[in-house]
Amino acid sequence: MTSTLENAQVPPQSLRRVAIEPVSRVEGHGKVTLLLDDDGTIHQVRLHIVEFRGFEKFIEGRPYWELPVLVSRLCGICPVSHHLAASKALDVIVGATRLTPTAEKMRRLMHYGQQLQSHALHFYHLSSPDLLFGFDSEVAQRNIVGVAMAYPEIAKQGILLRKFGQEVIRMTAGKRVHGTGSVPGGVNRSLSKADRATLRAGIDQMIEWSQASVRIVERMHDDNPELFESFGAVRSNSMGLVDAGGSLDLYHGGLRAKDPDGNLIFDHVDYGTYDQVLTEQVKPWTYMKFPYITDLGPDDGWYKVGPLARVRNCDRIPTPLAEAERLTFLEQTGDAPLNFHWARMIEMLFAAETIKELIDDDDISGQDLMTGGERRTEGVGVIEAPRGTLFHHYRVGDDDLITMANLIVATTNNNEAMNRAVREVARQYLDGRELTEGLLNHIEVAIRAFDPCLSCATHALGRMPLEVTLVDPDGTVVDRLVKE
Amino acid sequence: MAKLKVATTSLAGCFGCHMSILDIDERLLDLLEVVEFDRSPITDIKEVGRCDIGIIEGGVCNAENVHVLRDFRKQCKVLVSMGACAVNGGLPALRNNLSIAQIMDHVYLDGMGLAPGSAVPNDPEIPLPLNKVHPIHEVVKIDYFLPGCPPSGDAIWEFLTDLVIGKTPTLSHDHLHYD
Repeated sequence: MTSTLENAQVPPQSLRRVAIEPVSRVEGHGKVTLLLDDDGTIHQVRLHIVEFRGFEKFIEGRPYWELPVLVSRLCGICPVSHHLAASKALDVIVGATRLTPTAEKMRRLMHYGQQLQSHALHFYHLSSPDLLFGFDSEVAQRNIVGVAMAYPEIAKQGILLRKFGQEVIRMTAGKRVHGTGSVPGGVNRSLSKADRATLRAGIDQMIEWSQASVRIVERMHDDNPELFESFGAVRSNSMGLVDAGGSLDLYHGGLRAKDPDGNLIFDHVDYGTYDQVLTEQVKPWTYMKFPYITDLGPDDGWYKVGPLARVRNCDRIPTPLAEAERLTFLEQTGDAPLNFHWARMIEMLFAAETIKELIDDDDISGQDLMTGGERRTEGVGVIEAPRGTLFHHYRVGDDDLITMANLIVATTNNNEAMNRAVREVARQYLDGRELTEGLLNHIEVAIRAFDPCLSCATHALGRMPLEVTLVDPDGTVVDRLVKE
Repeated sequence: MAKLKVATTSLAGCFGCHMSILDIDERLLDLLEVVEFDRSPITDIKEVGRCDIGIIEGGVCNAENVHVLRDFRKQCKVLVSMGACAVNGGLPALRNNLSIAQIMDHVYLDGMGLAPGSAVPNDPEIPLPLNKVHPIHEVVKIDYFLPGCPPSGDAIWEFLTDLVIGKTPTLSHDHLHYD
């Protein structure tokens, strides 16, 4: 009954506010507020996302061909996801119903390079300190610097795994962050011989290190399975893409959702009709919307996305080493949030194996890059970003300018699941106790498990002023704002 | 020699500049020999302390950004504006020719697929958005600008190396560009 902690049942002004701001070691900014009474009983817990940039509105009127490089700027951690989701939507608009083999494989290579770098970043640079040192260990040590001092080999392995993924992106997209490789209807380059040789020389080591990464998390789970299976655990539906045969595919597929017992809610739904199965709810205390499966309603229809949902949702992983790890994983785990870490490392192994297959395929250096067809006015592109299912939907006028954009980013899909997880952790660990820094970090550990990408800034504001004036160092008024 | 203290934050940015800091790859381990991180997205230090170098990604789009930026200016001897958004507002500043109310209504009232009863979020926990997105030097004094969307890992390495050894940072021509 953790959902009752969403709204305090007594007047909020009678309660004490504790804030975790900003949530750290996640991509982007968020904050958590807790409201407690004099006995330390917790009455309300909320994860607030204060990001607001308005991309959906200000890209209206831009020429459609700008979109792949424009929307990649939504996120510097997984720019490839937005770059490719936009490209896929625009493929529909330029009538490219079937890409050339080189184009599709280059995009896949870029995407699996991103999965590798993003999953390595998340586990090694951001989350591993909690798992290696303990949730309430010293703040000074609880970061990648502490890991580098205490476990130099582990830190180096993480840095080099991420580096390899970033290099795959650079070779396919032109730049490590905010590349330009994918365009409506195809790609603008194929893999050079020199780059292909470099990747082939390094990939076996990456597969080995990815397996070692799975072992690290598996050992952590073995050491304390009760913790992993109970921490912040709230049973939930799950959603993700699978290919036509039910296998895991992070680049393309149909939508599959399962209930907490593993029964299908829907399967192989054409993602172009996503608006017929999903609805988004808005709550006054956060800018991030709350999507739910329309038929089930907001109370029962929320779901998880991302590695844990994907690995549990698919029928198989199409590469042998990752598939073997999936079977072990399913025997030993449920759907509690800390299991995201193990699933994420299995996906990293899947990404490394897939990269090896792609660079062994001669199509990757082919010269047939572009295709097209009958121009359309509306397109939907969906991809499995590192953090979960990402939806881009555009309409384009006859003048080639965008007339409508709708985006559901991966982390938005996890909004309700993350809020429920932190409320459960608050109930399990914080309720009625004196709140130490280490206890508050438990809340962040639950958020980190989801690997959210929150973007933009937040910080303590205290009481909201009704008017704020922004002056430059010389005292000149730069901007004035009033509460709208 | 005592290590230099470095703080970093992202305001209205996409974290791409922070990813570029990590793109110095294994040189990160060398950097850690001479600097320690204070408040940064990679540590759990929530308030910026006294620092030698502050690095800011992103422009200023809400009241929170202004508070954080001023804290950084107060605490850091040298403040660096890193990346297109900090330097000139960047892509988020594309909203500057629209009113913020118009954009919010579009996203939360008129957007597609919204549940009935949706309204613009207005809780006091949400910081007040500014009417426009601003580059950070319009709010505080900046000592150095490091351009690029994002600046590459190599550019950041070259810049930080100069700064750490006490030389005025300069960027070689091939590291000085937007994209």
